[in-house]
Amino acid sequence: MSHTPFIWAAYSIGAVVLVWCAVAPLVKRKSLAKDIRRMIQIEERSIDSDS
Amino acid sequence: MNTTKTVKPRKNPVVMFIHKMGSPPWFYKFTGKFIPWFWLIFGVLTVWGLYLGLVKAPADYLQGESFRIMYLHVPAAWMSMLIYSMMAVMGFIALVWRIRIVEILAMASAPIGAAFTIVTLTAGSLWGRPTWGTYWVWDARLTSELVLLFLYLGVIGLYNSIDEPRKAARAACLLALVGAVNLPIIHYSVKWWNTLHQGSSISLTGGSSIDASMLWPLLIMAIATKFYYAANLLTRTRVSLLEQDIRKSWVREVLKEKS
Amino acid sequence: MKAEPVSGSLSRAFFALLRRDLLLAFRRRTELLFPVIFLLVVVSLFPLGIGPGPQLLARIAPGVIWIAALLATVISLDGLFRSDFEDGTMEQFVISGHPLTLISLAKIVAHWLVAGLPIVLLSPLLALWMNLPTESLGVMMLTLVLGTPILSLIGSIGVGLTISLKRGGQLLSLLVFPLYVPILIIATAAVMASSDALPYTQFLGLLLAGLITSLTLAPFAAAAALKISLS
Repeated sequence: MSHTPFIWAAYSIGAVVLVWCAVAPLVKRKSLAKDIRRMIQIEERSIDSDS
Repeated sequence: MNTTKTVKPRKNPVVMFIHKMGSPPWFYKFTGKFIPWFWLIFGVLTVWGLYLGLVKAPADYLQGESFRIMYLHVPAAWMSMLIYSMMAVMGFIALVWRIRIVEILAMASAPIGAAFTIVTLTAGSLWGRPTWGTYWVWDARLTSELVLLFLYLGVIGLYNSIDEPRKAARAACLLALVGAVNLPIIHYSVKWWNTLHQGSSISLTGGSSIDASMLWPLLIMAIATKFYYAANLLTRTRVSLLEQDIRKSWVREVLKEKS
Repeated sequence: MKAEPVSGSLSRAFFALLRRDLLLAFRRRTELLFPVIFLLVVVSLFPLGIGPGPQLLARIAPGVIWIAALLATVISLDGLFRSDFEDGTMEQFVISGHPLTLISLAKIVAHWLVAGLPIVLLSPLLALWMNLPTESLGVMMLTLVLGTPILSLIGSIGVGLTISLKRGGQLLSLLVFPLYVPILIIATAAVMASSDALPYTQFLGLLLAGLITSLTLAPFAAAAALKISLS
């Protein structure tokens, strides 16, 4: 039985898990930036409507 | 006559540094400088280690090529246990001294530790198939790692189910500590259970001493994973700070600078 | 500022709380039966699922009975603090000036009397169903007597942490089962050793050591967990 597919599978799964673990916070930061932009927009709109 | 002299308090730089680290905007700025370097070192070491381990090291006499999975499985296993200890230590500091930054660092460590545990389990399982003929064996290491994964998932689950972040962190830190106290007991009982039921302790690496050409890549990968942890931990902590302080002005400054 | 405790002595407070919890438990007598019925049902599922072959049942008997004990304990644990937490009594306990550790210990003892002791008393029946050799019954009961209090003690820490959550009960099992693994391993090892006529007292010794350790440490951790949940 050739061992190479197992080695490939092990390292690929490892890579997928560790890359996802590294990337997940960056995705979260992007969505946070979007949230802040939205909050700023809402605030500016309410300031405009007040004045 | 002027008898009172104002004495300037001597500013201990270490204490000042630790104090500054507690301030979220300062922590965010300071650690941000290190992260790219940590990733760089991780990348270089990983490429070098994997080259030595996958390409240069000769095939094992007994196991053939499959032992090469060791260069992923063993460092991942070491990290899964190291990160839990770090999480427990940080949890202890966070609980006793109530330092918010340490709470967040501890909680950020949990998913990374869980990830390494999953990698350990899958790599071990795939190593076991060509070595023992089956994808899963209840050997001491894999069983211990499985219980460790459950401990990690418990900490993550508890942290995510409480709304208030500081209370959630404190509860999860206490759980991490309780788990840490139990971990040695679990490890020993599982190891012993394994010998009881299978007659002899089985180890993927075998009892034989590892040849130098096999050892070097292992050590390089072990160091590489530590840089991964450092980089990922700081990234996750910084993002947590952004998330928790989202209504504060320093966060807006930071995100304005980015865009 | 802590209020002066009404009755100064710690032991009087302990027994008063123990009496109260037992009285409350017995007022809802039908609820006392739920863990008992659960235990019986779970154990009887194994022959139904695996087949009634006596040798097979005898081999898995210690594990099955102990796993059923674990499950039954976790199910009954949630009630340990929950009703007091929900109606505010727990906060009264915290302000009362009595150490929260003592309060936790009293509740844990009450829980064991109501949930753990029935497991011990039912074990002969379960052993009969699972075809456990009669020589091992004594050891089985001993492991349960020593082990079920440890389950209550360690479980109370998990309860303290999850008490403020809506679905706390589900998360509770995930939290405490990894911690229960050593108890399961040692207890079943003791029973299996006795079935094979091998020495088993060292396992009972380990269980006793575990009981003493958790008896001294767990109430503190449970109190700390409750303080966090109440904050």
